[in-house]
Amino acid sequence: MQTALSAQPDSFAFDAESEAAIAPILAKYPPGRQASAVLPLLDLAQRQMKRATGSAWVPRAAMDAVAARLAMPPIRVYEVATFYLMFNTRKVGTWHLQVCTTTPCWLRGSDEVTAACRRVTGITGWGETSADGLFTMTEVECVGGCVNAPIIQVNDDCYEDLDAESTVALLEALKRGAPPPMGSMKGRQGSAPEGGPTTLTTIAE
Amino acid sequence: MLSDADRIFTNLYGLHDWGLKGAQARGDWDGTAAILERGREAIVEEMKSSGLRGRGGAGFPTGMKWSFMPKQSDGRPHYLVVNADESEPGTCKDRDILRHDPHKLVEGCLIASFAMGAHVCYIYVRGEFYNEALHLQAAIDQAYEAGLIGRNACGSGWDFDLYLHRGAGAYICGEETALLESLEGKKGMPRLKPPFPAAVGLYGCPTTVNNVESIAVAPTILRRGAAWFSALGRPKNTGTKLFCISGHVNKPCTVEEELGIPLRELIDTYAGGVRGGWDNLLAVIPGGASVPVIPKGICDTVLMDFDSLREVRSGLGTGAVIVMDRSTDIIKAIARLSQFYKHESCGQCTPCREGTGWMMRVMNRMVAGRAEPAEIDTLEQVTRQVEGHTICALGDAAAWPIQGLIRHFRPEMEARIAAYKSGTARPTAMAAE
Repeated sequence: MQTALSAQPDSFAFDAESEAAIAPILAKYPPGRQASAVLPLLDLAQRQMKRATGSAWVPRAAMDAVAARLAMPPIRVYEVATFYLMFNTRKVGTWHLQVCTTTPCWLRGSDEVTAACRRVTGITGWGETSADGLFTMTEVECVGGCVNAPIIQVNDDCYEDLDAESTVALLEALKRGAPPPMGSMKGRQGSAPEGGPTTLTTIAE
Repeated sequence: MLSDADRIFTNLYGLHDWGLKGAQARGDWDGTAAILERGREAIVEEMKSSGLRGRGGAGFPTGMKWSFMPKQSDGRPHYLVVNADESEPGTCKDRDILRHDPHKLVEGCLIASFAMGAHVCYIYVRGEFYNEALHLQAAIDQAYEAGLIGRNACGSGWDFDLYLHRGAGAYICGEETALLESLEGKKGMPRLKPPFPAAVGLYGCPTTVNNVESIAVAPTILRRGAAWFSALGRPKNTGTKLFCISGHVNKPCTVEEELGIPLRELIDTYAGGVRGGWDNLLAVIPGGASVPVIPKGICDTVLMDFDSLREVRSGLGTGAVIVMDRSTDIIKAIARLSQFYKHESCGQCTPCREGTGWMMRVMNRMVAGRAEPAEIDTLEQVTRQVEGHTICALGDAAAWPIQGLIRHFRPEMEARIAAYKSGTARPTAMAAE
């Protein structure tokens, strides 16, 4: 399984959708400063892999393609790709469960959320992928939604105000390929207190 | 209690349209050209007299920071870079600005850039805020289409380009020089200062890096006047601030209030009080993970502003209030932060790279009580050897929570060690696997 996860494709080329996005990205930076686009282009590559293979990751060949496009030495791209946590250098499951366990989430029950994830997916350790390839569980540091803790970020979307029960319901929905709307699982309005805002109540549109 | 009329972030919870029409209905982009007509000097002076201090953690006066930029370009372009790499544990205020009030930020970027002679501004948004970045990009696009930014922004004669740049998951990139390195396409490793970014910043050009909240409040300050803003809060700690109240409260939330509000009032009024009542409070981390924890005795009376919290040897930081009730294993709560800093150290400076791992391992033993009492002093000494000995403040940030723990909860640490020795320690899961 681990070998399969790290198996590298022989080649990578940007597809039409990625190509269309590259020019506007490069236009953001001054001439000669195209290396600034390395994070956006690695992100594009990872999203293209998700479209093409169902797994959001950046193989070595994609790093080389980014290096060639930006006229950077490949090693500079490798070190960036491995420095930033959001670039997966191995295959991940269809649903990448990024479970926040930093203190604010821990105080609100991230241990129960983690346990529920393990129960449903059968995954025992961080960074592992379930046997069916549906889920990868990663322990992440603060995702920045602490007043809605605990939180799991699934691919791009945050699911908030979780407990064991709602975590199980979330994962079962993901198994069915039917992710619920992102945000609070308790129906809260953004970062407003439960039960509704107690400030800004006099603000009309 | 702050009235809604004095609140700046009127769509904090996203109840209303975050797009251009909604923003304009709430007063954004009103008379922007007239503000620019006042000229660079007048804008910077107004910001100075408002007393606004940077909302990203350090609390440096914003107007003064703007005044450090060269008055005349020496041929190099000037840049404004907005730090939206919000990652300080406990903090989720910029997120609400990005997703619910993005036009306040976009307008602020234009005004601040103009005041510093910058024709280009980058907003560096943490990579995890994918959906928030979509809102911000949409707001930027709307502003371009409406002629509010771009060539001859707002009809002012000032050309202004605004670009969103997404990070990719590295806490250290919230440090301003690491952010600049990252924006240049490199690993986020902080630079030595001096030279400061105002002299040599992005691409070697004069640059100012400001927090999202600092920039987003600027248009309202300039519209309503420095006198209005400085009348709120306390002397040298003026204005309103977004507070994020998380942890063991009945109703966690983000709320805008005056600086200087008593911590207890903040928690009781807006967050539904401490779980189990105020007397069930153990401790609070009042400004995000980096600032030292304060025990209930201090929480009873302390005011939420930069200077009041510094007097009790903690800090306002980002205004992220992490509340812990008496059921909390306070040693484990801090040990988890040690794991955080170990994970996020960029590895450039030896005291931080080695020290964060060392401190985490000792803290994990302290959680179990698997230590000698004398090691508490050793741990304290090691935090002193990390603090102040690194290029950036991440080393300090890793040291302070542990120092706060030892300062206020040493008896708990000693009791844990004694319990382990006598075999009565309750089994605790390891903080890190």
